[in-house]
Amino acid sequence: MVRCFLIHTVCPVSALSSAESRILYSRVFGPDEAALTEQQRGLSAEQRRLLQREKVAVVARQVKSAVYLCREASGRALLEAVPGEEALALQDANSGVVRLRAGEPFSDETSALWLGVQSLGFTLVCEPHENLLLAEGTLCGLTRHCLEHLHMLGQGSEVLLRSNRIDALLSRLLPHGQLLFLNHRFAQSLEKEVTAYMAK
Amino acid sequence: MYSHGSESLIKQAREIQESELQKFYSRLLKLLQAKEFGHETIDSLQRLHLILSATKYTRTLPTELQRRLLSLLSSPVEQLQVLSSAVLRETLPLSGQELNYNQDNSHTAALLLSQAGSRADLSSLCTQLIRSLENRQSDPPNHSLTHTLPIVNAILTHSPECLTEEHVTLLSKKLVDWLRYASITQGVGASSGGFFTGPRSRQPVPIAELDGTVSGDFFTVLCVGQGFTEDQWMNVFSFSMLRHWLLTYHSVPSGVPITDTANRLQLSFSLSHSHSFSNDDRSEFDSSVVSMVSATSSSSRLLSPKERVREKAFQYCLRLIEQSDRKAHKRTDTDLQKACLVEAVCILDCVCVEDTALVYRTFPCVKALFGRLSSDLTFARVLLPIAQFYLNHGEMAAVDCESVWKLVFSQFPAELFNDPFLAHELLRFLRLNHENLLLRVPQYTRSFPNLLKFLAWDSPAVVDDFVDLLPSLVTVETAVELLHTLLDLPCLSATLVLQLRSTSSPISEPSGRGLMSLDAFRNPALRGLFLYLLRTEAGSGDTIDRLSVLHELLAEAADWPRVVQCAQTVPVLLHIFFNTVLKVADENLLTHLMLVMLERSSLLLKLPTYIKEIHRVFSCHLLRLCKLHPSLVVNQSHELLEFAGTTANVYSKEEIFTHVVWALGEYLSVSCDSRCSVKLITSCFETLEAVLFEITSSSPPPGAARPAPRVVTTLMSALAKLASRSHDLIPRVSLFLSKLRTASRGGSVAWCSDEEDLVAIVTRGEELWSLLKTPGVAQSVLTPPAHVTTPQWHRDTNLSMPLQLRTLTSLTHTQ
Repeated sequence: MVRCFLIHTVCPVSALSSAESRILYSRVFGPDEAALTEQQRGLSAEQRRLLQREKVAVVARQVKSAVYLCREASGRALLEAVPGEEALALQDANSGVVRLRAGEPFSDETSALWLGVQSLGFTLVCEPHENLLLAEGTLCGLTRHCLEHLHMLGQGSEVLLRSNRIDALLSRLLPHGQLLFLNHRFAQSLEKEVTAYMAK
Repeated sequence: MYSHGSESLIKQAREIQESELQKFYSRLLKLLQAKEFGHETIDSLQRLHLILSATKYTRTLPTELQRRLLSLLSSPVEQLQVLSSAVLRETLPLSGQELNYNQDNSHTAALLLSQAGSRADLSSLCTQLIRSLENRQSDPPNHSLTHTLPIVNAILTHSPECLTEEHVTLLSKKLVDWLRYASITQGVGASSGGFFTGPRSRQPVPIAELDGTVSGDFFTVLCVGQGFTEDQWMNVFSFSMLRHWLLTYHSVPSGVPITDTANRLQLSFSLSHSHSFSNDDRSEFDSSVVSMVSATSSSSRLLSPKERVREKAFQYCLRLIEQSDRKAHKRTDTDLQKACLVEAVCILDCVCVEDTALVYRTFPCVKALFGRLSSDLTFARVLLPIAQFYLNHGEMAAVDCESVWKLVFSQFPAELFNDPFLAHELLRFLRLNHENLLLRVPQYTRSFPNLLKFLAWDSPAVVDDFVDLLPSLVTVETAVELLHTLLDLPCLSATLVLQLRSTSSPISEPSGRGLMSLDAFRNPALRGLFLYLLRTEAGSGDTIDRLSVLHELLAEAADWPRVVQCAQTVPVLLHIFFNTVLKVADENLLTHLMLVMLERSSLLLKLPTYIKEIHRVFSCHLLRLCKLHPSLVVNQSHELLEFAGTTANVYSKEEIFTHVVWALGEYLSVSCDSRCSVKLITSCFETLEAVLFEITSSSPPPGAARPAPRVVTTLMSALAKLASRSHDLIPRVSLFLSKLRTASRGGSVAWCSDEEDLVAIVTRGEELWSLLKTPGVAQSVLTPPAHVTTPQWHRDTNLSMPLQLRTLTSLTHTQ
């Protein structure tokens, strides 16, 4: 099961310190683990929400530093793709996986798969035993849809103002965090529904 | 991509004033109370979501507005469902809010899941879900049922006890139906328009395989059609959660280790004895081959629901493996085939662990798959689960696993070190199985030169894994080679970069950018140096003679980011190495390691902070070594004195020098080793004295920094300690100290910049001198006997009595 899906900055943001990352979209799947663990039982719903937000922020920061180090090591210059060149931007993206130990931040060990497309990172946090090949493919698909349907290569802010589209996309391709084995026919059928939704 | 516009939107959302916010709420409420919903409503809801999610602190909505949003969850317009669910997830549930699971609505379920405050909430959601599955009529096929399985999976991840035995049985039965008995005809396609679309033309069309041929067996995720029926969708969803289901409910009872073959056999016997009829069925299956697995499934009716799931999972996986051999038309399908292979092998492994009798049926298939894929490196990630299968079951099936280990330990790290996902998965495989590997696979501990390539290439990503793995790679036979390899990791990093660069850029092109190292890499005369670093196995020599040549060739790599990142991880790994090796090493090995440390302290790749860091690690562990085995100092006094007697070392290796001198002063005594003679003490004294004279009488050589005061005081203390053991040396100490006093009266000296430091040094000298005036006292202070440094007061007859009495009193006195 995928624990969460994030879209966040991996470039420096003036309002934040150099380590922090601005989260543009975050969706945590399943019940809040804080409600179910013994030690965190005493927290109120408000505190649990705050804790969850902090955990997500930790993941974003880890991925941001992983992206930075990966780009520094590879030494490749970032090419600025323009709207219409989504496939190119995706091809040029860095990808990798960060191991998050138990407790840092989720109570069990998890793996954070990431795709760094220019100044933004797309991250999927999975359980360690998850099929990473499938997760990789799903992440690429989600990123491609987000880039296309939300015109993310441009200067707009649709990722913030049309987040319901991402929700709808996730409800089809990653329902409640479940990775799906979709061959091209099943995927086509779901993508048709997604396109129909986006057109509204 | 991320613009100022977005940043200012977020800022606005966070800093919205309370009054403006309330106005917004009431405007929104009015919009929601209208009969029709237009773009303005959607946009406002979206804005509300942004306001709520932009800050980590929770905002509460007015009750009326929240109630209205709750009712929107069941709106026919999906956008409203999505938005209301998203907004409500960002705020707190209303007290007394009763939200029931509405089976047609995935977004309501998402809200329920995220708001679940306890296991009881999850249990009730679970019960409602299962009930809806039971009562489902085979009505219009929309995918309203499909989201139930993902929700069950989510609940399983966090709280598997929420499903009762009954639920598990019911779901097992459903899973069997969906996995094995889904329709094998195509569903109604969306694009079946055309002239002849009357009921006559709706002939049932069979499903097809990915290469276009008509499918001849049951439906799986690798089957295609124009459209899909509901149970075919459920087939996809069932398979997607199958592994997790098996892991949760079918795991081997804890306490039975996988390595224990005898126990596992017994377990399988007990399982099969509990269903004696199924024993006869199994014999039928023994000779079954990969395809047409389903032919003999009739007898499985006598198995329990759990066993049926296992059997169907087994058949499904074998079919997937067969289907993955077909040539798919689309690239995404080829990728899916790979993912299916991984999943299938993992599920087979899981199933075989639970029921070991299946191993004999499974192995031929897995072996054939291995044979098919082992020569193709693009399938490396599929071969890892196969390796896991071999590790778990290879011994039991008496199969030779050599070729598998050769692939995993020799080929993959050498050729695929730059694949981050393979690195992650391979290292995870090693981490989870290192105990088993240590027992079964001898080449594991010898393959560290190869495995470290992952670290040399991408240190930040995998250093965490190596922190866990390194202890298992430390053995007494290979420890010295491992130490050398760790110290030369930055060189390995540079070499890997060169290796990739030399294969990607043409040979004829002159390295006009001054890449001297690339030329060196391609030079046949120097090839041997690089080949040593790139070796795949340990055992061919601890290190090479011409290491300094190699370092010089790679000097320009000192500012390559990859090399710098790698160098930053080496100190941590060295600490782990020493911590591990000190537990298992004998005195011989410790001696050898100490000499390596002294030798390598000047033989490191010249990266600015790297050398300093390594020296610091060495110093720390040299001390620990000496403390553990004080006799080492006497044993290796010759080498240590040679090191301490070289004045250049004061300037280039200050940290290590200081510690070596301290160790000499502390441990070169009869109480540490009876072989310590007066002659030895005297020669040591003379060596150190000479160095001390030299550094305090002239300024440091050009380019070197002045020695820290600590160096001088350590030398003085060491001399004093040695003198306290051989009293003839005391006058010589006093000579030096008086010289020092005179020199410092002049104010500043060439070898010490700070006047305060100079005063401190001289004061120290005075203290030592006054101590040495009474040699007997000096001896007990500077060379305390063992019972003073490691007191065990309770053993001393005089001291133990008061201690005992005090203990008894505190025990017997009631508070």
